[in-house]
Amino acid sequence: MSETTLNPDMAPDDTAPDSAPSHMQHGGHDEPTGLWSWITTVDHKRIGIMYFLTSLVFLGIGGIEALIIRLQLFAPEQALISAETYNQLFTMHGTTMIFLVAMPMAVAFFNYVVPLQIGARDVAFPRLNALSYWIYLFGGIYLNVSWFFGAAPNNSWVGYAPLTNTVYNPGLNADFWVLGLSILGVSSIMGGVNFITTIIQLRAPGMKLMRMPIFTWMTFVTSFLLVTALPVIAVALILLAFDRFFATNFFVAASGGDPVLWQHLFWIFGHPEVYILVLPAFGAISDVIPAFSRKPLFGYPVVVYAGVLIGFIGWGVWSHHMFTSGLGPIADSFFVATTMIIAIPTGVKIFNWMATMWGGRIKFNTAMNFAIGLVALFTVGGLSGIMHSSAPVDLQQHDSYFVVAHFHYVIVGGILLGMFSGLYYWFPKVTGRFMDEKLGSWHFWTTLIGFNVTFFPMHFSGMYGMPRRTWTYSSELNVGLYNQLSTYGGFILAISTVILLWNIWKSARSGAEAGSNPWGAPSLEWSIPSPPHHYNFPALPTVQSREPMWHEAERKAIEAVTLAHPEVEPEMPNPSYWPILLALGVTATWALVMTGIWWVPLIGFAYTAFCTYMWAFEDPFAKKGAEVTHG
Amino acid sequence: MSEMTHEGAHGAVHGDDHGHDDHSHASPGFYWMIGGILAVLTAVEVALFYMKPPLEQPLLLILSAVKFVLVVGYFMHLKFDSRVFTGVFMAGFVLAMFMVSALVVLYHFLPPMQVPAVG
Amino acid sequence: MAEAVMGHGAGHDASHGGGDHDGHHYTATGLNSWKVGFWTFIGSECLFFGTLLSTYMVYKGASLEGPYPLDIFDIPLTTLSTFVLLMSSLAMVLGLDGVQKGSRGKAAFWLGVVVVFGSIFLGFQYYEFNHFIHEGLTLQHSVFGSTFYVLTGFHGAHVTVGVIWMTTLLVQSLRGKLTPDKALQVEIAGLYWHFVDIVWIVIFVLVYLIP
Repeated sequence: MSETTLNPDMAPDDTAPDSAPSHMQHGGHDEPTGLWSWITTVDHKRIGIMYFLTSLVFLGIGGIEALIIRLQLFAPEQALISAETYNQLFTMHGTTMIFLVAMPMAVAFFNYVVPLQIGARDVAFPRLNALSYWIYLFGGIYLNVSWFFGAAPNNSWVGYAPLTNTVYNPGLNADFWVLGLSILGVSSIMGGVNFITTIIQLRAPGMKLMRMPIFTWMTFVTSFLLVTALPVIAVALILLAFDRFFATNFFVAASGGDPVLWQHLFWIFGHPEVYILVLPAFGAISDVIPAFSRKPLFGYPVVVYAGVLIGFIGWGVWSHHMFTSGLGPIADSFFVATTMIIAIPTGVKIFNWMATMWGGRIKFNTAMNFAIGLVALFTVGGLSGIMHSSAPVDLQQHDSYFVVAHFHYVIVGGILLGMFSGLYYWFPKVTGRFMDEKLGSWHFWTTLIGFNVTFFPMHFSGMYGMPRRTWTYSSELNVGLYNQLSTYGGFILAISTVILLWNIWKSARSGAEAGSNPWGAPSLEWSIPSPPHHYNFPALPTVQSREPMWHEAERKAIEAVTLAHPEVEPEMPNPSYWPILLALGVTATWALVMTGIWWVPLIGFAYTAFCTYMWAFEDPFAKKGAEVTHG
Repeated sequence: MSEMTHEGAHGAVHGDDHGHDDHSHASPGFYWMIGGILAVLTAVEVALFYMKPPLEQPLLLILSAVKFVLVVGYFMHLKFDSRVFTGVFMAGFVLAMFMVSALVVLYHFLPPMQVPAVG
Repeated sequence: MAEAVMGHGAGHDASHGGGDHDGHHYTATGLNSWKVGFWTFIGSECLFFGTLLSTYMVYKGASLEGPYPLDIFDIPLTTLSTFVLLMSSLAMVLGLDGVQKGSRGKAAFWLGVVVVFGSIFLGFQYYEFNHFIHEGLTLQHSVFGSTFYVLTGFHGAHVTVGVIWMTTLLVQSLRGKLTPDKALQVEIAGLYWHFVDIVWIVIFVLVYLIP
C-alpha cells in the first residue's frame, strides 16, 4: 500500500509495553455496576463478555455430553446408557457445540473486538445487539430445558427427514430441536445485519476497507454468510415445523414430498455454516501471528480475497454432503469440482500464515502456540476433507468415524484453537490483566495432546468401518483399542478445559497488569486503555496505514487522541430493558407453538409486537429525568 | 460476495456517493410513468398467459425481471442511491437466484429425477 | 441533531452508536446506518423467499392428487390483486414525495391509499384461500397445497406487517408529526413495502402464470 511509507519491520516490543502512560486508569470508573446494569446494558463490550461466558457454560454442557458418549463407547457392546439416551446425547452434543458454543464464541469476539479495531464507540445498533444476545441465551436455555422433560432432541444435528416427522418421532424431542434452532436463527441474522452495518459505517476516519485488521474482515465476510445462510435453514425449519404441527407434506414421501429436499436445504445452509464457524478463527490468528512474529501479515490482500472467495464458493459445494443420496453423475461431478476448488483459497491462507512466521522474530506464548496449533491441525482436517471431496471415496467414508475425525479436526483443531488463541491475545484488553502463561502452557499442551489422542484414532476406527451415531459396536469390528484411546483423550481434554477455566478465573482477579498495548500489536484496539472506557474512544483517531501502532509517528498521533481524557465524556446510548423483554417474547412465541393450538403462539406474538412498539418509540439518548419526546 | 465488497469499497473509500442519500427524488410525474409501465407490463404478462405464443415462458420471465428492475431501481431509488445499498442487497439477491436456479436444475433438468413418479 | 433525522428509536441507535463527539452524523460512508442495515435485511429476505420459492418450484408436478394449479387458479382475479399491489407501490413513492416536500395532505392521502390497497390485496388473498379450501385444496391435502399456502401465506404475513407499519405512519402523518425531517423513516418503510411488492411480482409469474 502506498501509504505505508514507514518501516513495517520495526521492533515495537521494545517500547510498547509501557508506552501507555495511563495504563493504570481503567475505564468504567463512571459505569454503573450490578446485575441490573448487565441486564439492561447495550455496551458492545459487556455484551461480548456475556456472549463469551455463556458460550463457556454451554461448552461445559456439550463437553459433558461428549464424555458420556465416550464412556459408552469405551468398550464394545457396552450398555452404560440406553440407545435412546445415546441418540439424545450426540444430537445435543452437536447442536450445542455448533449453535451454542462455536458460533456465539465467535460472536463474543466480534462484539468485543470489531468496534475497537475499526475505531468505533459501539456497534451500529446497540439495542439490537443486546436483543441478539438475549435471544441466544433464551434459545439455548429452551433447547436444554428439553432434558428435564426427558425429551432432548434425538434426530442428530442435521435432523434428516423422515427421522424428524411425527411418525418416527412422535414425542417432544424434535419439537424442541425445530423451535430451538428457529429461535437461535433469529439471533444470528440480526447479529449479521448489525456487524455488516457497523463495519461499513463506523470505521474511523482513514480506516479504509483494505486497512482493516483481518479479524474485522473475516467478521465482515462471516456476517454476510450469516444473513444469507440463516434464512435458508429458517425456512427449512419452518417447513419442518409445519409438517410436525400442521400435518403438511413437505418432507413426507407418501404424499409426494421429498425427504432429500431437507438435505438440500439443510446443507445449503450447512456448508456456509462451516465457513461461518471457521472464518472468525482464521481472522483471529491472522491478527495473532503477525503480532508475535513481529512482521506484517504476508500477502494481506490475498488473505482478504481468499476469505471473500471462501465465503462465495462456500455456497456452491453443499451437495458434497449428499453424495450417497444419489444425485446422479452430473451433479456429483459438479460438486466434486467445486469442493476441490474451495481447498485452494484455504490452502493459500495456510501458506500466508507460514510465510508471515518465516523470518519473523517469533514469540512463543500461549496465544501464538494456539495459533500455530490451528495451522497444523486444521491442515490435517483439510487434507482428510480433500479425501472425501472425491465422490467415490466419500461413498466409502460416509457416516463413518473417519468423517467424525475429519470435522473434529476442523472444528476443534481449527475453530476452538483459534478462539483460544484469540482469548489469550485479547484477554489483557478486556480485563487489563494478562492470562497466566504457565497455566496457559499447561492448557495448550493438554489440549494438543488430548485432542490428538481423542480424534486421531477415529480415522482408523472409521476406516475399519465403525459407523457414526450408533449406540455401540461389535467386538468383531476390532476397533476397541481405538475407542479406548479416544475416551482417554476425551478426559485429557476435560482436564485441559478445567485448567482453562481456572486460568480465566485466576487471571481475571489477580493476573499481572497489562498496559494499553501489552503485546506491541499493530491494530487500533491496542491504542486505548485496558480495559477500555465505556465510550472506547474519547475522540475518533485518524488511521493512515494497515499497522497504525507500528509506525512511530502515527502511533503517537493516535495515542494523543485515544489516551486523552475528555472534559465531557461522549454521549452513549442509555441502558434499555426492552431487549430482554422482547427476547422473552420471541422465545415464548416459538415455545408456545409446542402447544399445537394455532392461536396460542399469537399471545406471545402480541406481547412481542407490544415490546417492538415500546422499543421503537424509546429514545436511547433521552436525558434522564427529561421528558421523552418522539415523533 | 466479492462483487459486493468491491462496491462497498468503492463507495466507502472514495466517498463519491455522498449526498445522494436524501436528495434522490424524482418528480411525481416520473413515478406515475413508471407505475403506468408496470401496469402495462402486467397486462402483457396476462395476455401472454392466454395467447400462449412460442417462447411464452422465457418472455414471462424477462417481463417479470423488467418489472423487478423498475421497482428496485426507481421506486426503491437504487439507481440513484449509493452503491453500498446495491452491494448489500445484491449479495443476498444473487445468492438467492443462484440457489433457486440450482435446485430447479437439480430437480427438473438432471437425471435421475428426485421426485417420486406420479401414480 | 440526529434525533431529528429519525423519529423511531432504532434510527437513534444507528446515528449515534460510535458517532463522533462533535457530530453524531459521522459515518464512514456518509450514509445513514439504519438504511444500510435495512438494505442488508432485504438482501437477507431475498434468501428467505428464495428458499420458499425453491420449495414450490422443486415440488411442481409432484402432487399425487388434484386439484392441480391449472384447475384452480383464477387468473383474472389474481391479476386484479396483483394490479392493486403494484399501484400501492406507486402510492408509496407518491406518499414519500409528499412527506419529503412537507405536503401533509398529500402524504396522508397517499399513505392512506397504501393502507387501503394493501388491505384490499389481503382481502383478495383471504377470498382466494377460502375459495381454494372450498375446492378441496387444503394445507394438508397435497404437496401443492402445502407449498402454495406456505409461500403465499408468508408473503401475506409480510403484507400484513407492512399494513400495520403503514397505518402507524398514517396516524403520525394525520397528527402532523411526519415532518420532512422524518422522511427517512418513511423511506425505509417504503423499502419494505416495495420489497414485498417485488416478491409478489416474482410469485405472480412463477406460481400463477407458469403453472
